[in-house]
Parts: sequence; structure tokens; C-alpha cells
Amino acid sequence: MNSTTFKWAGLLTAASVFAAGAAIAEPDNNTLVIEGQEMVTDVAAPEGSPLSRVYSGWRFRSPETQAFEMDDFENPAFPAVELGEALWNTVEGEAGKSCATCHEDASETMKGVRASMPKWNEKRGKPHTLETQINACRTDNMKAEAWKWEAPNMLAMTAYVGLQSRGMPVNVQTDGPMQSWTDKGKELYYTRVGQLDMSCANCHEDNYGKMIRADHLSQGQINGFPTYRLKWGGLGSIHRRFSGCMKNIRATPYKRGSDEFIALELYLASRGAGLSVETPAVRN
Amino acid sequence: MRTILKLGLAGACLAGAAVATAHAGNVAPMDVKFTDDGVTQSLTGAAGDVAKGRAVFSNRKLGNCLACHVNAEQKEHSFHGEVGPPLDGVADRYSEAELRAIVINSKKALTDETIMPGFYSLDLGVRVNKKFTEKTILTAEQVEDVVAYLTTLKE
Ligand code: HEC
Ligand code: HEC
Ligand code: HEC
Repeated sequence: MNSTTFKWAGLLTAASVFAAGAAIAEPDNNTLVIEGQEMVTDVAAPEGSPLSRVYSGWRFRSPETQAFEMDDFENPAFPAVELGEALWNTVEGEAGKSCATCHEDASETMKGVRASMPKWNEKRGKPHTLETQINACRTDNMKAEAWKWEAPNMLAMTAYVGLQSRGMPVNVQTDGPMQSWTDKGKELYYTRVGQLDMSCANCHEDNYGKMIRADHLSQGQINGFPTYRLKWGGLGSIHRRFSGCMKNIRATPYKRGSDEFIALELYLASRGAGLSVETPAVRN
Repeated sequence: MRTILKLGLAGACLAGAAVATAHAGNVAPMDVKFTDDGVTQSLTGAAGDVAKGRAVFSNRKLGNCLACHVNAEQKEHSFHGEVGPPLDGVADRYSEAELRAIVINSKKALTDETIMPGFYSLDLGVRVNKKFTEKTILTAEQVEDVVAYLTTLKE
């Protein structure tokens, strides 16, 4: 370093005012009821969280976008959910089986699964995300080909399986073998990346509730994935969203399904503990 | 109102500053001299262009300052962010040299915790996209243009 480091006291004060401002910036007061079921979109933050309250991204969207999620007939993700249901019952692969052959009625056997993903898998020696679990069943149990992370069939199936947990509180394991993965995710969350030199926390922890140009910043929660984004004109995975945020700050994103994104997914799920699963959510 | 922090560091850095000799053309990012008064020297040796600076300010691929700052002087743009303070009258609060320091590297000029990018700094995050490695967000000319524009924001 070849320069004098200086800071202005007046500004440091201003900076702390902004930091405090983030804590009091409120999302709206709307209530999310889907098909008669009220969702938890605001809950006390889990122990050890830097946040005081945890808010669903739904609370930061415009009333028009919010409305899409409140009625399954309006929700543009539902054609994909129907595809997921059809795939559930489709025999594929050399073993001659469908998901339903082993798992029968998804509304019973898949209840709560999305809420607890990612989940430790002993055989794999690492956590399963919903995508890797589905592919493991396809390749090992059905002798069928794996789906690509962002393939329409994978999105349809994760939406269909995820829907069976709608309204249930996000609750992932973070201790035991998941501890080091949670820690890694946390480290990634606070690491500044890209030419713009920002961390996830700079936007989603320090500045949620504020407008960043035309976007209302949320806490970047993942309880609604896969999410139908109006901008995408379709469903997208959690890792696609991570990737988009990293690209916006001019960073090279990690690969979908990479250990880094799995760790980040786990850490974000733990930050959003207690929020209702909203799969498939709608965002702009 | 202003306190100078890290005096020890300032002394230690003087030797380094002397080594960074000014060469012909623009001041390189590594050679920018931060003083107690800000960055007093123009990066190009010339004054910036106010009209060009105004355009850099709103351009999403360049300054994109409107992403985070309200600026009443650019009412024609409909969305102004609120992550940072409004910049109305900012020239009443800061000198030209201070504004230059803030734009060049707000982490040095304001607080190292800031979300505001350093626009003429190579102190970047990890995993910088290949297209942008070893590149500053703005060129020396663009920084001077923005600074010239900021100095017109008086109330
Ligand atoms: C990602 C958000 C962001 C962007 C983009 C951004 N700033 Fe900032 N800026 C801030 C924040 C936040 C502060 C306040 C310091 C702090 O608390 O971090 C700030 C402070 C400032 C200040 C000091 C204002 C005062 O009243 O104290 C100036 C001047 C400034 N920015 C100019 C600019 C210019 C010019 C650009 C575009 C070239 C720009 N900023 C882009 C976030 C941003
Ligand atoms: C041959 C039987 C079989 C088939 C076919 C099968 N699975 Fe599985 N699946 C299992 C078994 C056994 C487990 C639990 C043990 C494990 O993790 O492998 C499981 C676990 C799962 C889990 C995790 C459940 C939890 O509680 O965490 C999901 C999700 C899942 N399967 C989805 C699917 C989907 C979707 C399909 C169709 C594409 C499918 N499975 C096809 C046998 C099967
Ligand atoms: C420059 C600010 C910025 C940074 C830095 C940033 N994001 Fe985002 N992110 C946004 C904006 C804007 C949106 C869309 C509005 C919203 O939900 O905040 C968004 C949305 C999201 C969402 C979707 C939320 C939902 O409700 O569906 C997730 C998840 C997310 N970001 C994760 C991340 C992660 C992980 C990182 C770090 C790798 C990150 N973001 C970095 C600006 C940012």
C-alpha cells in the first residue's frame, strides 16, 4: 500500500446510521394465505442469527407479484407442477420403475422433505440437495439417466416434491456432519466477490428493505424454490439464483451442484429456519 | 469534524508513496495518493467533463450510482436506489478532492465495510469474472468526469 489511509469521522457515524437503518427497514405487512392456508412469512430469527426477524422474500414484492402466489390457478408454476406429478407416475429406466413404485403417494411420503433439505447422506459422504437425491434415485434405483440441474423435468419434479411441504417450517440439520458444511456456507456468504467487491451480506443482510434501483432488496431467503420468476418466464433452481446474483456483481459463479453452492444453500436454509416452505413461489 | 485515523500507517506509507513516481499519462490505480484532504490530484491531469460525468452516473454498466443513491438532478430516470445517502447538495458537504477519493475507493475514504464499490481500485473481490480481472470499473477519465459532475451538485 502506498497511500495514506484516512477516514472521516462524520462518515463513520453516517455509516453506522445506515447499518442501524437496515435493522428497522420493514417489509410490507401483507399476509400470505394460499388455498386457505396461512404461511409464516415473518418469524423470530433462529439463535445465533445476525438478524432479529426473518422475512420471506414474498413480503418485499409488489402486490401484483404477490397475488400470483396466493392462488394456485394464478400461479404460473402450476403447469410445471402437473408435469412433475405425471413424471412421478412414469416408468422409466432399466429397472422398470417409477417414483410412485417405491414412494407411492407423494402427498404422504414426500411431506416435509423440502423443509429439511439439504440433508446429510452417509453413503455419499456429503449432503443431498433435493436435486442430487432425485438423481440418485433415478440412477441407482430406477437405472434411468440423471437429469440436468436446470432441466425442465428436474424443475418440475423439485416443484412437485417441494409442494408436498408447503406451509411446513424450514428446518435443516446444521450440527454433526453438517457443521463443517454450514460453516463453509457462512464463510461464502460473507466473502466479497467480483469486480464490484460485494458479499451476499452486503445486500441481503445490511440493506434488505431498501430499494436498489428498481428492486426491493429482500433477505435473499430460499424457502420458495424452485421459484417461478416472471423475468425468467419459468422456474429456476436455488443455484440458478445464486449464480445470477454473483454474475450481477461481476463474479464467476460456482457451478450448479458444486460443493460451494450446496454449502451456501445449507447455510441460507438455516438462516431462514421457521419460514414456511412456499414452493413454488413467484417472484419478479 | 474530520479525524485522521491510522496515523502510524500513514507514516509507514510515505516511503511507498515516494517510490510510486508519477509517469506520463494517467495516474495508475496503485499510484493514487490519498491524503488527509482526499485525492487532490486529478487522475488525468485535466478537469473532467460535467455532461459526460452526468451520463456515467446513471449508466448501469458504468457508474450505476443511481442504483444506490437518490439524485434529484436526474429526475428523468424513474428509479433511484436508497442503499446510500441522497447525493443532493453533496458538493456542499465535500470538497472536490474528497469526492474524488470517495469515487476512487470508498473503502479507503469512507469505511472499509461499505457496500459502495471502489471505482478506480484493483482491490477487488475474489473470483472476478474474466472479462473484468485487473480492470477498474471506471477509467481515469470517467472518474474525473463523475467528480466534475458531483461538484455541480449544490443546494
Ligand atoms: C452498491 C451501492 C452503491 C453504489 C453503486 C454507489 N454508492 Fe456511493 N455510497 C453508498 C453507500 C452505502 C454510501 C455511504 C457510506 C456507507 O455507509 O457505506 C455511499 C456514499 C457515497 C458518497 C458520500 C455521500 C455523503 O453524503 O456522505 C458519495 C459522494 C458517493 N457515495 C458517490 C457515489 C457515486 C458517484 C457513485 C457512482 C460512481 C456511487 N456512489 C455508487 C453506496 C453506493
Ligand atoms: C427402487 C425404489 C425407488 C425408486 C424407484 C425411487 N426412489 Fe426415491 N428413495 C428410495 C429410497 C430407498 C430412499 C431412501 C434412502 C436413500 O436415501 O437412498 C429414497 C429417498 C428419496 C427421497 C428423500 C426422502 C427423504 O425423506 O429425504 C426423495 C426426495 C426421493 N427418494 C425422490 C424420488 C423420486 C423423485 C423418484 C423418481 C424420479 C424416486 N425417488 C424413485 C427408493 C426409490
Ligand atoms: C448487489 C446486491 C446483491 C448481492 C451482492 C446479492 N444479491 Fe441476491 N438478490 C439481489 C436482488 C436485487 C434480488 C431480487 C430482489 C430480492 O429478493 O432481494 C436478489 C434475490 C436473491 C434471492 C431470491 C430471494 C427470493 O425471495 O426468491 C436469493 C436466494 C439471493 N438473492 C441470494 C444471494 C446470494 C446467495 C448472494 C451472494 C452470493 C447474493 N444474493 C448477492 C441483489 C443482490
